[in-house]
Amino acid sequence: MDVVMPQMGESVAEGTIVRWIKKVGDKVDRDEPLFEISTDKVDAEIPSPGAGVLSEIRAQEGETVPVNSIVAVIGSANEVVAAPSSTSSIPSGPSGAPNTTRLHSRGPGALPGGASTAAESITRERTSPLVRQLAKEHDVDISQVRGTGIGGRVTKDDVLAFVASGKTDGQKGREAPAHSADDRVEKMSVMRKKIAEHMVASRRTSAHVHTVFEVDFSRVAAIREGRKISYLSFIIKAVADALKAFPILNASVDGDTIVYHTQIHVGVAVALESGLIVPVVRHADQQDVTAIGQCVTELAARARSKQLSPEEVAGGTFTVTNPGPFGALLGTPIINQPQVAILGVGSIEKRPVVVGDAVVPRITAVLTLGFDHRIIDGAVADQFMALVKRALENWDETRT
Amino acid sequence: MRPAPDVRRLGVIAYPDALALQKQLVDDRREGRVGDVLLLVEHPHVLTLGVRGDGGRSHILATDETLTSRGVAVYETGRGGDITYHGPGQVVGYPIIDLKPDRCDVHRYIRDLEEVLIRVAADYGLVAERVQGLTGVWVRGEKLAAIGVRIARWITSHGFALNVTTDLNYFNLIVPCGIADRGVTSLSHLLGREVNRAEVEDRLIQRFTEVFS
Repeated sequence: MDVVMPQMGESVAEGTIVRWIKKVGDKVDRDEPLFEISTDKVDAEIPSPGAGVLSEIRAQEGETVPVNSIVAVIGSANEVVAAPSSTSSIPSGPSGAPNTTRLHSRGPGALPGGASTAAESITRERTSPLVRQLAKEHDVDISQVRGTGIGGRVTKDDVLAFVASGKTDGQKGREAPAHSADDRVEKMSVMRKKIAEHMVASRRTSAHVHTVFEVDFSRVAAIREGRKISYLSFIIKAVADALKAFPILNASVDGDTIVYHTQIHVGVAVALESGLIVPVVRHADQQDVTAIGQCVTELAARARSKQLSPEEVAGGTFTVTNPGPFGALLGTPIINQPQVAILGVGSIEKRPVVVGDAVVPRITAVLTLGFDHRIIDGAVADQFMALVKRALENWDETRT
Repeated sequence: MRPAPDVRRLGVIAYPDALALQKQLVDDRREGRVGDVLLLVEHPHVLTLGVRGDGGRSHILATDETLTSRGVAVYETGRGGDITYHGPGQVVGYPIIDLKPDRCDVHRYIRDLEEVLIRVAADYGLVAERVQGLTGVWVRGEKLAAIGVRIARWITSHGFALNVTTDLNYFNLIVPCGIADRGVTSLSHLLGREVNRAEVEDRLIQRFTEVFS
């Protein structure tokens, strides 16, 4: 019998094991206190759901786990205490390991992140019998599933999400998409493969939400007149300042902790002929708009001539992407992991705007913030965007 | 409708005695020997630790000698939350309530306790509020009442501590509830006058019955 983290309230999502009252091998009666959990300011004692012998403790004291995840197993009283789940009994999926191509060689334009490490593949094989059974039923190779459980373990939900994402197609008798003889078939480039991995992993990792703001650039347009400073430089500067005010947007998620980055490094997505790359403007908050502008121009030129060094594409804490030049009104960008937010800039052009009771032509753009709702709430994201908007619409010329 | 709780106003009682009494009442409540009970007490100077991590021991700022010389004892408890201070001038409430069957939600229970305290503050013309992510009741950014709760099979114990005429200097011994950047306040401090303790207890009983019935 599985013992799960109980749902202690409608809005309670997880609980921390404070203490195991029983040890592995102890006999327990139904309703006898089994463990103690803590959620917010409430400590709760949880009774055993049934009688038997506590055969396995899955969540140790101090661990925080989502509600309904299995924290222990109770066996029948005369059953031999089960051995801890070993890796030997894992059925290796039909496709086996070769599918997890490890890309250690980073191409000149490769995006950071993505390649799984050996350590990861070991922890992900430590799964419960329930999860293994579920995986078998759905014909899923567990080694292909990204674990979000304790220590990277694959949970029931991970398997179900994997099934729902339709990635199981390739596991069993993969059918090549129908194509006629004269279709051109081409292997993905290393960069394309990295981008593909990165995008899919991001969608699976973050709870993507977007908020959209219209920003009047008339004042910025007047200031940059006669100078060669891009709109993007002003946007990066406004973003860097706003990140200082809202550090949660300049953060990463690491397991169940939030890492607030003290430095502000803004990545700028640059479209290439065959993909995209995100060079990073370091310490964007400490530079003025002119310096940022020079930095962006230089990075973009080097990106297009494939001369970027790996350091120049690493370490970004926030990304700005710019679909506007091709005419897009707005984009709904995917977060650049392990960051938690990304700003998309739509096309900047004259549009009719109501000022007072008159319709006047103003230079405007639509800015879209994609953010990770796991750690950023809508109100915070909107306040951040309101601050960016305010800074751009009332630009303080002394900061140029 | 739930019947109004049996209120017991016990006056000054030592912390370990209150702990033992609560334990007894939780058992009695589970066995159905008593109905819902609300204990209202006052403790001599004491620091109590929660169960999480080191219980907040690292949030004691004073040395053992200082604590001893000021007559402050330290106890470990079974409640949630971090360290807190209890002492003269504070109304401490311990509801022993069976949340089954209709109130089985720990967040709701906390919100309900906060609601009781917010209404009592309003009775004194004070606008008290909840602060997102921080349990307790706050007035202008300072903590008026602390909350720390234990629930065993949906029967509650521990509860809240409302500062009425508390000597706030004692909070300097600790980082209250592990929250370093927020102050502590009392009804008396906010109103700039002495506040009658019995009257506060009367308000608490009325508001508690209102929210929990």
